[in-house]
Amino acid sequence: MREDIFHPGGPLAREVARFGGFLHVVSAAVFGLVMIALVLALVRRAPVSERGMRRGVALATSLTVATLFVFLVYDLSVGRTTGRAPSRGRQLTVIGHQYWWEVHYNDSFPSRQVITANEIVVPVGEPVRLELQSHDVIHSFWVPSLRGKKDLVPGHTATTWFQADTPGIYRGQCAEFCGHQHAKMALFVTAVSPDSFVSWYKGQQAVPPAPSDSLRAEGLKVFLTTTCATCHNIAGTPASGTAGPDLSHVGSRMYLAAGTLKNTPGNMAGWIMDPGAYKVGSKMPSHYGTLTDRQVRAIAAYLEGLR
Amino acid sequence: MSAALAPIPLETETITRERDALQRTWASEPGLLGWLREVNHVSIGKRYVITAFVFLLLGGLEAGVMRLQLSRPENRILNPDSYNQFFTVHGSTMMFLFAVPVMLGMGIWLVPMMIGTRNVSFPRLNAFGYYTYLFGGIVLYGAFLFNTGPDAGWFAYPPLSTAFTPGKRTDFWAQMITFTEIAALAASITLIATIFKQRAPGMTLNRIPLFVWSILVISFMVLFAMPTVAVASIFLALDRLISTHFFNAAEGGDPLLWQHMFWFFGHPEVYIIFIPGLGFVSHIVATFTRRPVFGYPMMVLSLVATAFMGFALWVHHMFATPLPQLGQSFFTAASTVIAIPTGVQIFCWIATIAAGRPRYATPFLFVLGFFIVFTIGGLTGVMVASVPFDLQVHDTYFVVAHFHYVLIGGALFPLLGAIYYWFPKFSGRLMSETLGKWHFWLLLIGVNVTFFPMHLLGYMGMPRRVYTYLPETGWGPLNSLASAGAGIIVVAMLIFAWNVFSSWRNGDVAGPNPWGADTLEWATESPPAPYNFAHIPVVQSPAPLWEASGTMPVVTGMRTDVREVLISSVMDAHPCGKHEHPGPSIWPFLTSVCVALYFVPVIFTPWGAVLGTVAVLAGAAGWGLPHATSSKPLPAPGSMYKDEPLTPEAAR
Repeated sequence: MREDIFHPGGPLAREVARFGGFLHVVSAAVFGLVMIALVLALVRRAPVSERGMRRGVALATSLTVATLFVFLVYDLSVGRTTGRAPSRGRQLTVIGHQYWWEVHYNDSFPSRQVITANEIVVPVGEPVRLELQSHDVIHSFWVPSLRGKKDLVPGHTATTWFQADTPGIYRGQCAEFCGHQHAKMALFVTAVSPDSFVSWYKGQQAVPPAPSDSLRAEGLKVFLTTTCATCHNIAGTPASGTAGPDLSHVGSRMYLAAGTLKNTPGNMAGWIMDPGAYKVGSKMPSHYGTLTDRQVRAIAAYLEGLR
Repeated sequence: MSAALAPIPLETETITRERDALQRTWASEPGLLGWLREVNHVSIGKRYVITAFVFLLLGGLEAGVMRLQLSRPENRILNPDSYNQFFTVHGSTMMFLFAVPVMLGMGIWLVPMMIGTRNVSFPRLNAFGYYTYLFGGIVLYGAFLFNTGPDAGWFAYPPLSTAFTPGKRTDFWAQMITFTEIAALAASITLIATIFKQRAPGMTLNRIPLFVWSILVISFMVLFAMPTVAVASIFLALDRLISTHFFNAAEGGDPLLWQHMFWFFGHPEVYIIFIPGLGFVSHIVATFTRRPVFGYPMMVLSLVATAFMGFALWVHHMFATPLPQLGQSFFTAASTVIAIPTGVQIFCWIATIAAGRPRYATPFLFVLGFFIVFTIGGLTGVMVASVPFDLQVHDTYFVVAHFHYVLIGGALFPLLGAIYYWFPKFSGRLMSETLGKWHFWLLLIGVNVTFFPMHLLGYMGMPRRVYTYLPETGWGPLNSLASAGAGIIVVAMLIFAWNVFSSWRNGDVAGPNPWGADTLEWATESPPAPYNFAHIPVVQSPAPLWEASGTMPVVTGMRTDVREVLISSVMDAHPCGKHEHPGPSIWPFLTSVCVALYFVPVIFTPWGAVLGTVAVLAGAAGWGLPHATSSKPLPAPGSMYKDEPLTPEAAR
């Protein structure tokens, strides 16, 4: 898993990392020169003359101006290359929620659209264009190894893009303070080969299979007859809530609750029973007292089967 | 120099009589009522500085608790609800209740002495400003104590700060902002008028001490920056209280409007905080190298240029928002160019040191620390001016590291240097040099150990304002290191507190001018008499105490039976009149209470505005009641100038 602006996985972050390297070298040189000048000023044998002072200040100022000019030109050129959005590439809509990410793979055929949460799977070597919106407060989309931030501001639609060149999992996290669980609002970009992407995408488009055993069947029943279905959608079932993440293929995700817990049946059951124990302030209600242990285990088993 | 007394001239007795009269006229009144009626700048300035240091302590404690929480992954010292209150109150305290007030307070305390006058212009407005600031702080901490501390960040972005934070937390924050902005405006107006109209004769614009210039510059910045945030915070309060929809996108408002207004204030705020720091550095460098700072006109123009440019770069806080890219490039250019005037000043100080004879007293060490820490902060500042680089580090711990380097380097180190430097004037006693050196070295190490690793944490993807992080992020070790550094800072500041406390009681007696400095405040006693100078000095050079040969001319003919100050012209400081200042009054305090009666009840009900309007009008009316001015005839005008021994002790 990568998460570091100096370990880029795509062209945008690579360009900025190179520029960052240049900034480090220049900054270190300037700091070194200022410190050397200061030490020399402190330990010189005879006080410097008026003329010496004038010359020194003039030289240092000219050097500063020249360095800043070089910086500015380089910066604007990096800004031009990284700022220009490609005209091709898959179009995704990302909607920020307190404290999770809703992801739509747009398609002109509504039936081909894929909706998922917190995890974005993309093919390597292909630009991905994003439309960013917010459902509630301001969030910021950021995957350090792929690209810099873009804010999700209510009332505005922001656009941005990224491209992953190396397969891998890239972690990111909401970068604008958004409330209680700003700390636990991670997202993952999984870059895979174009072939694997196609098979993943097909899988996500498919209606999930019906429960294969009695425990899972019970889980579906509880899911539909208690509060779960009011907030969550599962394709092919009457559950069509939109307040929480779409769970049609939740079993195929790596994490639960926006990167908070590894996706295992045990964690799933624990999360359903008491989300507050893992993520205080999460909008998901606690089910202590309303669901029995068995019911929770059944739901967890059912959801883990949704791959 | 302090010991170099000229022979006492014949009129000793006259001088003693004059001093007694001045003492009677200007003395502070005893008792609690006297304390509340106080209008002398020395007392009000001291209160500002001491109050601000109390808030520094509180803000520092909050930071310490946050560092404990973050010292390892998934720590449970603070839950997210308290953590969000802690970091919001920490930021708000440091910006609104410590950094700005302490600088304005140092200005109120020092400026009249440095420019050779008896008190600030508008002494009552000045007292009103202090109480309003104090009430703002009490409101914030009162709320925090009752678990109603604001939790939407010191920047309070809507809609998180409006529709998504029910309860009264953000309302308390918004009112604290309004209180402190009113106080800052009162202080700035007072300081501008004082600096323009009350300078000692002969202190032309090009002889004004650099710290006074820095205060003049930031006072103007406050005049332009603070109204914006005061209006914004009122809009925010209205959005919350009566749903005005200024920032509500669903009803045609715009959350970005807040960001523009907030940062139009918020960026100049940074300069408001560290420009006085640059002023301190100039004086300490001059005194401890024993020569005037090189390039005075460049120094002044740099301050003024910084102030102008400081208003042209607020958008660099908004690079990640959906704004067009071309516009952003201009803000990058402005953010880059502003490095030049600051660079010029650093080069001038280094040149001054090279041409002088450095003396490694504690204040000078803090200036050396300033060079190290502030230069790092300035360099990372240029880095974040770049849009593509900023998009990677914006809102991460890199930025936390950057601005702590800027503010600790640019404001705190110079301020602490200034405390060591002016403490003798403040208290009459010198601070311990040994403890001062321990304080300096531990602070320098602690600051770097705490904040340097944060740059790397930002590179590794750690966002700001997170109450915890998961072990698999790998942010644990560097966070532990940063927390250990915070421990070193705590030890350093404890040493400082002990040094202040013990030196105040048992420090070496300082005398008027222990450092052999050049500016006018060192020509009066330590601590100064309530009237500052028995006779207003006449300034004949930029470094009056270095160039005066034993005696310096003074103004005579000022009344001693009323609070009279000399008024001089803005450019050339020609004496052009005498003005009688008002004496102690309870009304500034009462009016400030009335302002609180407006701002606090409106948190709970719009009817508070009705109550508050009546209260404020009543307060203003009471303040405006005609009061008797002296009807005593003016003394016969004599010669305005005469020569008097340089140190006032001589005249005793």
